Amino acid sequence: MSDDTPKPEEILSRSHTPPPTGWLDTPINIRPGMYCYASNPKSVEYVGLPYPRQWNPLEDDWQLPENWKEILFVGMRDRLERFRSFKVFMDICVRCGACADKCHFFIGTGDPKNMPVLRAELLRSVYRNDFTRFGRIFGKMAGARPMTLDVLKEWWYYLFQCTECRRCSVFCPYGIDTAEITIIGRELLNLLGLNIDWIATPVANCYRTGNHLGIQPHAYKDMIDFFCEDIEEITGVLPTPSLNRKGAEILFITPSGDVFADPGTYTAMGYLILFHFLEQKYGLDITWSTYASEGGNFGFFTSHETMKRLNAKMYAEAKRLGAKWILGGECGHMWRVIHQYMDTMNGPADFLDVPVSPITGTRFENAASTKMVHITEFLADLLYHDKLDLDTSRNDHLKVTFHDSCNPSRGMGLLDEPRYVIQSVCKNFYEMPSNTIREQTFCCGSGAGLNAGEDMELRLSGGLPRANAVRHVHEKHGVNMLACICAIDRAVLPALMEYWVPEVDVTGICEMVGNALNLPGQKKRTTDLRSEDLPGMEDEEDADE
Amino acid sequence: MNRNYMFSLIAVLLLFLIAYVGVAAVGLEVLFGVILPYLAVVIFIAGFIYRVLGWARSPVPYRIPTTCGQQKSLPIFKQASIDNPSTKGNVVLRMILEIVLFRSLFRNTKMKVKEGGRLFYGFELWLWLFALAFHYAFATVLVRHLRFFTEPTPQWLQLIEDADTFMQIGLPVLSLSSVVLLAAVTLLFLRRVLLPQIRYISLAADYFPLVLIFGIAFTGILMRYFTKIDVVGAKELAHGLVSFHPTVPEGIGAIFYVHLFFVSILLAYFPFSKLMHLGGIFMSPTRNLTTNSREVRHENPWNYPVKVHTYEEYEDEFREKMVEVGLPVVKELPPEPEEPEADETSAEEKE
Repeated sequence: MSDDTPKPEEILSRSHTPPPTGWLDTPINIRPGMYCYASNPKSVEYVGLPYPRQWNPLEDDWQLPENWKEILFVGMRDRLERFRSFKVFMDICVRCGACADKCHFFIGTGDPKNMPVLRAELLRSVYRNDFTRFGRIFGKMAGARPMTLDVLKEWWYYLFQCTECRRCSVFCPYGIDTAEITIIGRELLNLLGLNIDWIATPVANCYRTGNHLGIQPHAYKDMIDFFCEDIEEITGVLPTPSLNRKGAEILFITPSGDVFADPGTYTAMGYLILFHFLEQKYGLDITWSTYASEGGNFGFFTSHETMKRLNAKMYAEAKRLGAKWILGGECGHMWRVIHQYMDTMNGPADFLDVPVSPITGTRFENAASTKMVHITEFLADLLYHDKLDLDTSRNDHLKVTFHDSCNPSRGMGLLDEPRYVIQSVCKNFYEMPSNTIREQTFCCGSGAGLNAGEDMELRLSGGLPRANAVRHVHEKHGVNMLACICAIDRAVLPALMEYWVPEVDVTGICEMVGNALNLPGQKKRTTDLRSEDLPGMEDEEDADE
Repeated sequence: MNRNYMFSLIAVLLLFLIAYVGVAAVGLEVLFGVILPYLAVVIFIAGFIYRVLGWARSPVPYRIPTTCGQQKSLPIFKQASIDNPSTKGNVVLRMILEIVLFRSLFRNTKMKVKEGGRLFYGFELWLWLFALAFHYAFATVLVRHLRFFTEPTPQWLQLIEDADTFMQIGLPVLSLSSVVLLAAVTLLFLRRVLLPQIRYISLAADYFPLVLIFGIAFTGILMRYFTKIDVVGAKELAHGLVSFHPTVPEGIGAIFYVHLFFVSILLAYFPFSKLMHLGGIFMSPTRNLTTNSREVRHENPWNYPVKVHTYEEYEDEFREKMVEVGLPVVKELPPEPEEPEADETSAEEKE
């Protein structure tokens, strides 16, 4: 964290009273700490997106193509014709203001343009001017204004201050979804090559190497091997996972963040332990893939087409390997894409079977068409049928709360499955206040591609409501572990916790499962998957000696 | 002073004067009593249909409902069948609750920063209450007006009227709906004027309908209880309008024409404004779709093929490295790996 990052008190004392000038007349101020760097032209070029160039948001000249206004106009018209959501949401907002203080970015920054209603109005004002007679006649009185360079910059600044979390859409009486507006708004900006690099480069990486981090196949295998060695050190058992194996019954896909950075890596170790246990005990037949080594999809933050291009790998790889169905790891927006887009975009997956757990025989009817099951659905079923050999005391030192990730909550409804798994492997579980969890969960503040380093002030501000609720259960119940089912969460929540509630650490759910799960033939386990001593367990060993 | 609400107040005042002077001084009863109402109704119906068809013309490419509760997955988890509906029946229920009870707005909370930097989210039901009161009062008033178009008054209408006037205050008996409508529209207006955040997001187009509806309710109450217009004449005119034999009886009173003019303006304004949320709520893809998108495939009518990076291209680029670490490959390495070397350098430069 740089020295410019404001102190927690500064963020907390921000006023939510809007400035005296109206929003149509308040110029934007693109402020370091609140925006992400512009896309690297090489990345934009690699995936063949338009207008790759070097540009800098802080400079006056954004090196736009000469006919940029026309490109935007045509792009907007095209999307109004293709997306009913966009058209309806442009027309029916009554500006009741119910969404205003539902946005974590508005709560954290106090900037009125972070009220979902105004974020959308930034686009609506241009829509009214360009596409409605009413707006053309009444102009500013009807909230209409022509597109200018300043308006474009405002779009860019605020559309990359939205994490597409959909919390506002829960409260909107018409279900207006700012995520949808941001998604389409970003798609329009991408027509002019105006992406941020934290999205553009992962997209290019994912396209080429199969994952956002650009891990090449041999390196991916090395990392998995490395985890297996760690697991052997901790448990005495060496898992033997397979990669790119044809004929496996199940293809497993998880975000690459889990094989790359702590604490996601411990979640990856959790998967390996789980699969090894199930293989030894029940003959689970599962493979990982290096080609489809990314569950997440930063294409989703670029355009619908880019999302589809990256997502295509999942079905293609399942088909190539001859798998029967796909199991998906812990990830947030990955699951929105799988649940609400994948089958429509890249299906029908008629070459796959309706997922059936080979261990319990449970048919996952809810995934009958998409043929992809969430790891916590799979786990909850195993736990319910008592198929796992657990020693939950290895999680006794944890006091856990659960952060619902935005997309699985509001774009899927995966709420009870992770809770069931957590409570099956750990006895100390405490919920955060009800207005901050489940469908009302607050975003980590760094989703939708905003998890860069240069926008740390934005992330810490946007993460305030989440951190505040964690602090509440930390103070009330002594919670020391924040569980989540999202790789971006695992990457960004540690920084957020360090800033707001330093006593709380972050974990994936499968890490806790891995800690509790007994492997056949294991040695006495004295550390957790982080190779940290388990309180009480080491003493016993010492006494034995 | 805020330009947006001043603009709306002045606009409605002007409309009042136009109609009042037009009838009282110029004698344009036919214009305000027949021509404009007909025109307004035509604009309303045609405009409304045009807008709804406009929305309907755009397809729903993806199934994007906002899920506000537990999904349908394993039998051990109780599905929130209305907030995360997997059947069409439950979608209908969700929509009914949304449209009839403003269910989403009922969730409304208000954020407060408390001592020691604690954020607190309390229930905030005022907006929900005002909105509900406003819409129901308006609906009741509308239904009550059917009396002017029917002869004899149907029994169900009489029942509604009896309920609306159960308090038996004044003569003619004060109807609850008029009072509630006037109060709710005033509160909704004041909310926009007084709360800084709401004032900030409000456009003239937000104040105008409120002021106009206030004007409608106000002139309505005025002529029912105070200026006492010729009710028989008004009913005759209304009857003439719906039976397409318009007549303009003498001496109904200018205030009646102002009332009718306001209503005409509202009807004509409706399709071009945010008031179209009345039609739009039925079309909102985050509410009106089932959430079983993994169980049943949703078709996108404009789905088109895209350029993808195939496994073959991927293996071609990384084959040597894959073979080196023992990853299975589809094509074996060529006997003399000269070319891949060159490929590799260019590939690494891209990173």
